[in-house]
Amino acid sequence: MATKAFQRTYTQLQAITKATVTLNAKGVSNDELATVGGKLAQVVKTKGDSVTLQVFSGTEGIPTNAEVSFQGAPPTLRVSDQLAGRFFNAYGHPIDGGADIEGEEREIGGPSVNPYKRRQPSQLIPTGIAGIDLNNTLVSGQKIPFFADPDQPYNQVMADVALRADVDKIILGGMGLSNDDYLFFRHSFEAAGALDKIISFVNTTEEPPVERLLIPDMALTAAEYFAADKNEKVLVLLTDMTLYADALSIVSNRMDQIPSKDSMPGSLYSDLAKIYEKAVQLPSGGSITIIAVTTLNDGDITHAIPDNTGYITEGQLFLRADPDTGKVIVDPFRSLSRLKQLVQGKQTREDHSQVMNAGVRLYADAQNAKTKLENGFDLSDYDLRCLDYAKEYAVRLLSIDVNITVEQMLDTAWEIFAKYFSPAETGIKQALVDKYWKAS
Amino acid sequence: MSTTGKVTGIVSNLVTVAVDGPVAENELCYITLGGSRLLAEVIKVNGDKASVQVFESTRGLKNGDNVEFLGKMLEVTLGPGLLSGIYDGLQNNLTTMEGVFLKRGEYTDPLDHAASWEFTPIAKPGDKVVAADWLGEVKEGWLPHKIMVPFSFAGEYTVKEVAPAGNYTIDKTIAVLTNADGEDVPVTMIQKWPVKVAVKGYREKPRPAKIMETGVRVIDSFNPIAEGGTGFIPGPFGCGKTVLQHAIAKQGDADVIVMAACGERANEVVEIFTEFPELIDPHTGRHLMERTTIICNTSNMPVAAREASVYTAMTICEYYRAMGLKCLLLADSTSRWAQALREMSNRMEELPGQDAFPVDLSAIISNFYARAGMVVLNNGQTGAVTFIGTVSPAGGNLKEPVTESTKKAARCFYALEQSRADQKRYPAVNPIDSYSKYLEYPEIQEYLDTTIQKGWVDKVLKAKNIVRRGREMADQINILGDDGVPMSYHEAFWKSELVDFAFLQQDAFDNIDALCPMERQKYMLDCILDICERSFEFENFEECRTFFKDLINTLRQMNYTEFQSPKFHEYEQKLKIQLS
Repeated sequence: MATKAFQRTYTQLQAITKATVTLNAKGVSNDELATVGGKLAQVVKTKGDSVTLQVFSGTEGIPTNAEVSFQGAPPTLRVSDQLAGRFFNAYGHPIDGGADIEGEEREIGGPSVNPYKRRQPSQLIPTGIAGIDLNNTLVSGQKIPFFADPDQPYNQVMADVALRADVDKIILGGMGLSNDDYLFFRHSFEAAGALDKIISFVNTTEEPPVERLLIPDMALTAAEYFAADKNEKVLVLLTDMTLYADALSIVSNRMDQIPSKDSMPGSLYSDLAKIYEKAVQLPSGGSITIIAVTTLNDGDITHAIPDNTGYITEGQLFLRADPDTGKVIVDPFRSLSRLKQLVQGKQTREDHSQVMNAGVRLYADAQNAKTKLENGFDLSDYDLRCLDYAKEYAVRLLSIDVNITVEQMLDTAWEIFAKYFSPAETGIKQALVDKYWKAS
Repeated sequence: MSTTGKVTGIVSNLVTVAVDGPVAENELCYITLGGSRLLAEVIKVNGDKASVQVFESTRGLKNGDNVEFLGKMLEVTLGPGLLSGIYDGLQNNLTTMEGVFLKRGEYTDPLDHAASWEFTPIAKPGDKVVAADWLGEVKEGWLPHKIMVPFSFAGEYTVKEVAPAGNYTIDKTIAVLTNADGEDVPVTMIQKWPVKVAVKGYREKPRPAKIMETGVRVIDSFNPIAEGGTGFIPGPFGCGKTVLQHAIAKQGDADVIVMAACGERANEVVEIFTEFPELIDPHTGRHLMERTTIICNTSNMPVAAREASVYTAMTICEYYRAMGLKCLLLADSTSRWAQALREMSNRMEELPGQDAFPVDLSAIISNFYARAGMVVLNNGQTGAVTFIGTVSPAGGNLKEPVTESTKKAARCFYALEQSRADQKRYPAVNPIDSYSKYLEYPEIQEYLDTTIQKGWVDKVLKAKNIVRRGREMADQINILGDDGVPMSYHEAFWKSELVDFAFLQQDAFDNIDALCPMERQKYMLDCILDICERSFEFENFEECRTFFKDLINTLRQMNYTEFQSPKFHEYEQKLKIQLS
């Protein structure tokens, strides 16, 4: 980072914790960056002449006489078209061996969009995965996380979604990615020949956790450049937000803040909302869509991280393994896209919402039949048909390895309905049955 | 000379200021940062150090920056033109701001100073008046907007002159009042009032004695909210809190609706901007937006302003109440407001209460709910502020401080339930746990007796009991199996399903079912109770299930058809045949 004329240097630290250092300094501004013994840090608290800095890469090896120099400005990212196709670390520095980016220097974590100037999201984002497109349709400008246990292949699903989505730019914000997953993303983007529209900000598990706190703001500053300045459709992928929240709790803990639920900082809701609310449909046509990953602990959505996330995002996509078919499916009961009705039947075929509801309702009947079976009660003919239906529905539609168009999903659903049920049993409107029912 | 100070400490949006003179709790100040001024509010004073919460991001602020105290608390500007307004939590007009992104330190005027209003005088020279008395009236769209003696005027005044009928802008003097000391005070159409102080200026605040209709059956019949009453809706995410609240906003029988979007999703507010101007108010036939004011402080907007937003919204309601109007305040969600309090309390290093919330949370919530209510004005007319807040309990667990504190303060409780939402039984209001204390008020019982029918409350309690019994039966059936229980268990269970499916559930997206007037609610409940009072003979439980499922289907079709239309009577006939 360039040295500036008014740079001020100090060499006397008063206190050191694992994530923060405190010293006496004058004329320091809030949120300003500094280096402490060569490590990047940010001002988080001032009290009289005493200044507390959060050291992103941890304070290991920092002595009390470390050199602290203040840079006079908050963290920034240089934005320009040169960002496309590049890989960066949490500080926005290239990690792919390429040249530095030239362009306008922008502060990250900037102001939010005036809610009155937003537009209602209205563009379908097809992913090819029926568990998403058919049952939980995504819309541009939406923010939605995958809720998944750590053993689910959420990163693969997300890479698939990103590469199939019809967007101008894909921005990956990787927080605490394992090196393997980082290379996986890199290889899949390269293999798809889509590198020129992808920008990645990556913090791997090998790097210090506190650095992760910069990733979402970096990724979203780049996203805002392309969406607001260039009127492009931008898809932002954030994985894994649970690790981001963990980093928040580390810092607040080191600053002696009183923790609230699940030892998370009391400001967790606002901290997460600041990130997710960057998703927007702009009046100029540009948009930012956010797909995130929140890993769960054994499916527990009442933990503070998924719970706060659920209150902020517009739905959630729930991945789980289906023991009956051995597939990983998008759970039709616990998943929800709050914006789906904005595009279903409007940008997709008229039968979309009825077929979706019938499919899920019959799948629910199958679950009831399964419970009856497990409790040792007799199954009716309808119950048996439901169970068979559920297997085929899971394999051909709910499974994440499906890749077909929305039209094909609807046709497949009609085909499976006809195989196991009468039109009346599906409860679909007569007019639609007359038009689409596939007599077997 | 006003007090000034210098910044001496910063933690996020909590700033400590060394002051050179007197400061008051809740006094406002401007902190100069480069070319802009950031608004902040004093929340604690210790010696010459004042702790202030800044309503904006404090990025770039330095120790030593200048602070100027304003000698007043956070105020709202009240006057004609508030209706249909879209404001942030500090009452900045969002529609007149430039640029797509919010700019720090940009404050816009809430009212249009160029617009002219057609004024008609009410008071006459020589009249003795006190604060909140009506001096004149302008037409704000369709609404008679009273120009009042400012709420801040203490003691009795004599009207010296009132402007004649005509068109005036809001800054024009429309009356001159003389106070007890003989000084003349000019009055314009606008006045200011500190948001954290309740507006008085009424004769008395009696117990509510009327029901506010919402068109939602599970509210109006089962758990009615009174005009001037308070209620709250807790529920985990995905249970339909927002849909229910929007339904109340669209259908609630009120003259003025103020929606405070407090720390919630921006896209939900966009939905209101997009839909409300198109939708028609069922009570007046006018566009919904004409009676709606939106206070919008979404989750990504500054946290301190979130706290202010609910107070701003309440003050606007109280202002319209003083004109003798019925106002409805909807706040989504009060949990976000409580979280904003928690963040500040945390930064001030106060000793925390439960879940790190401030210890006085309960008192703050009660005080706020207490500002709602029906009032009798000095001139004998009545006005009301009805308040419904949503609560977002962490993890859907109702045993958390915000829900518990709110339960103590609010008189109606609409518990949204995950399992009902999972079964798509909307609105997912739990019929057993939810309650309305107003059903126990003798005034309200009398009101229901005269406006609906004698003994209405007993009917409602009877219906509730059917549902409660049905739940018990369902538990038994689940444990013992369909064949393991007597037929009467099945019958009781299906009667409760009948009440649930045909009365409690309601389709908020269906044009007809979404709004169910009281007359229709009475008709349907009578019809359903009549069925439930009969006893039936069934061979087996399959027959029982089919019989009731068919009845449910017919009753639901009735809900979907226009009341008393030929089609409606057709279904009614069908029902008679099914029952014979």
